Amino acid sequence: MNMPVLKSETAVSFPTTPAKVLAIAPKKTPFAARALVQAKAVAGTIVPPIVVLAVILGVWELLCRKAGATLPPPSRVLKDTWELIVDPFFDRGGIDKGLFWHMSASLQRVAFGYALSAVAGVALGTLVGQSLWAMRGLDPIFQVLRTVPPLAWLPLSLAAFRNGQPSAIFVIFITAIWPIIINTAVGIRNIPQDYRNVAQVLRLNQFEFFYKIMVPAAAPYIFTGLRIGIGLSWLAIVAAEMLIGGVGIGFFIWDAWNSSHISEIILALIYVGLVGFILDRMVAGVASVVTRGTSAN
Amino acid sequence: MPTYPYLKIDHVDKSFTRGSTETEVLKDITLGIEKGQYVSIIGHSGCGKSTLLNLVAGLLPVSAGCVLLENQEVNDPGPDRAVVFQNHSLLPWLTVYANVKIAVDKVFASTKSKQERHDWIMHNLDLVQMAHAKDKRPAEISGGMKQRVGLARALAMEPKVLLLDEPFGALDALTRAHLQDSVMAIHTKLGNTVMMITHDVDEAVLLSDRIVMMTNGPAARIGEILDVPLQRPRKRLALAGEPTYLKCRQRVLEFLYERHHFVEAA
Repeated sequence: MNMPVLKSETAVSFPTTPAKVLAIAPKKTPFAARALVQAKAVAGTIVPPIVVLAVILGVWELLCRKAGATLPPPSRVLKDTWELIVDPFFDRGGIDKGLFWHMSASLQRVAFGYALSAVAGVALGTLVGQSLWAMRGLDPIFQVLRTVPPLAWLPLSLAAFRNGQPSAIFVIFITAIWPIIINTAVGIRNIPQDYRNVAQVLRLNQFEFFYKIMVPAAAPYIFTGLRIGIGLSWLAIVAAEMLIGGVGIGFFIWDAWNSSHISEIILALIYVGLVGFILDRMVAGVASVVTRGTSAN
Repeated sequence: MPTYPYLKIDHVDKSFTRGSTETEVLKDITLGIEKGQYVSIIGHSGCGKSTLLNLVAGLLPVSAGCVLLENQEVNDPGPDRAVVFQNHSLLPWLTVYANVKIAVDKVFASTKSKQERHDWIMHNLDLVQMAHAKDKRPAEISGGMKQRVGLARALAMEPKVLLLDEPFGALDALTRAHLQDSVMAIHTKLGNTVMMITHDVDEAVLLSDRIVMMTNGPAARIGEILDVPLQRPRKRLALAGEPTYLKCRQRVLEFLYERHHFVEAA
C-alpha cells in the first residue's frame, strides 16, 4: 500500500524554469473615491435618525393640527417659542430670563451636588469594598436608602437647610451617590487577587496601593456608577426645581404650565433631553479616556 | 559556625481551615536551596506545590515550621523574593515600561537616581528582549511576551530568590521552549537562585540543578530529591540523546507515574 504513494511522488515533474516574479503595483484609490466612501459611511449613520425624526414630527403634526387637539403641533411650537429659541440670553429680572440662564442655573446645582456625591461616593464605596466590617454595617443601610425616591428627600432637606438652593443640591447629592457607592464597592471587591499579590510583593503601602492599583483597577466600575449618577441627578433636578421655584429649567416648565404656555414646555423638554444626553456623553468620554486598557486583559 | 543553606524551608506544615474542617496540604517540608541553585518543584496538580511557593513568597502564612532566607525568618511578602506568576499578573493599564517601573521605583527609590532607574528598567527589558515593546500595553502583546515582561519585572527587583510559579504553563510548546532558553541564559549570566514550580518533566530536567518531587496530597511531602548532574550551559538539542538527561527524565517519570500516580480521576 505504500508503493503507490512513492510512485506518484516520483511522477511529479518539477518545472524547469523558475517562476517569474511579477511586481504587483499597490492599488491606489484616488482621493475622490476615498472621500465618497467616507461620505457614505457618515451618511449611513446620520440619515436614519433624520428620517425617523421627520416621520415622528409628521405624525405629530397630523395628529395635533385638528381643531380641539389638546397639544400644539410642532409648527405651532416653533412659532410660539421662536423668541425663546433665537434669544436665550435675555434677562428682564426676576425669573423672566432666557432659557440659557435657566439651564445654567440648573447645571450649576447639578455640578455642585454631583461633584460632592462623586467624591463622597467613591470614598464610601472604597471603604465598603475594602473593609468587610464596613460592608456588613453599611450595605443594608445603603440598600434601603437608595430606594427612597429623590423628591422624598426634598421636604426633609428644606426642613434642615431652610433654603431652596442647598436643598436642591442635597437632593442631587443624595440621588447620585448610591449608584456611585455601589459600583465603586463592587469594583474594589473585584480587584483580582493577582494585583493584590503584586502589590504585596512590592510592599506598596496603603496610599500607593490606593492610587496605583485600586483606582485604576476599579475605574471601569467607578465610571459606570458615575454615569448612572449623572443621569439620575439630571432627572432629579428638574423635579426638585419645580417645587423649590426660582431660576432653573424645572421651574421654567412649571411656570409655563401655570401660564398655559404648552409650547414652551415642549421646547424646555427638548432642551432637557439634549443637555442630559450631552452630560451622559461627557462622562462616557472621560471614562473611555481614563479606563483605556484597564478592562482589556 | 554551622553552615546553613541560602534559602531554608524548615519543617513546614500548611493546612487550610474552612469552617470546622481542616485540610492538611503540606506536611513536614524541609528543603535547603544553595545560592545560585536552580531548583524545580514537580508534582501532580493539586499536590500543593503552588502553596509551597506562596509560603516562600510570604503570600500565605505557614501553619508550623519556618522559612529562612540567609538565616532570617520571612513571614511577609517582599521584593527579595520576587514572584513570576503563572498568569503574568501585569497591570493592564500600564505600559510594559511602566509595569517594570512600578517595581524599580519602589525597590530602588532611595538607592538609584532617576536616570539610573531608567537605565535599570531598560537593562532588564533588554535582558528579556522586550525593550522594543516598552510602550505597548499588556493587551497588545502575546502571552509569551507578557511572561517575559513579568520576568523582567521580577529580575528588576534584584531578588535574592526568584520564584517562578509555572511560568510557562499557559504558553504553547514553541513559545515555551523559547522562553526556557531565555531563562537558562539569564540564569547563566546572573547566577540567580531560582525556585520553580512546574508539572513538565522535560522542563524540570532541562533547567534545574535539583528536582524536588512531591507526593500526592492531602498532606503532601517531599518524595524524592534528584540531582541533575548536567553541565551548563545546556543545549536543548544536544541533551535529547544524552544518557544522563534520559536517566534523570526516566527517574522523574517513574516517580510521578509509577510510584505516585495521580489517584483521583484526572
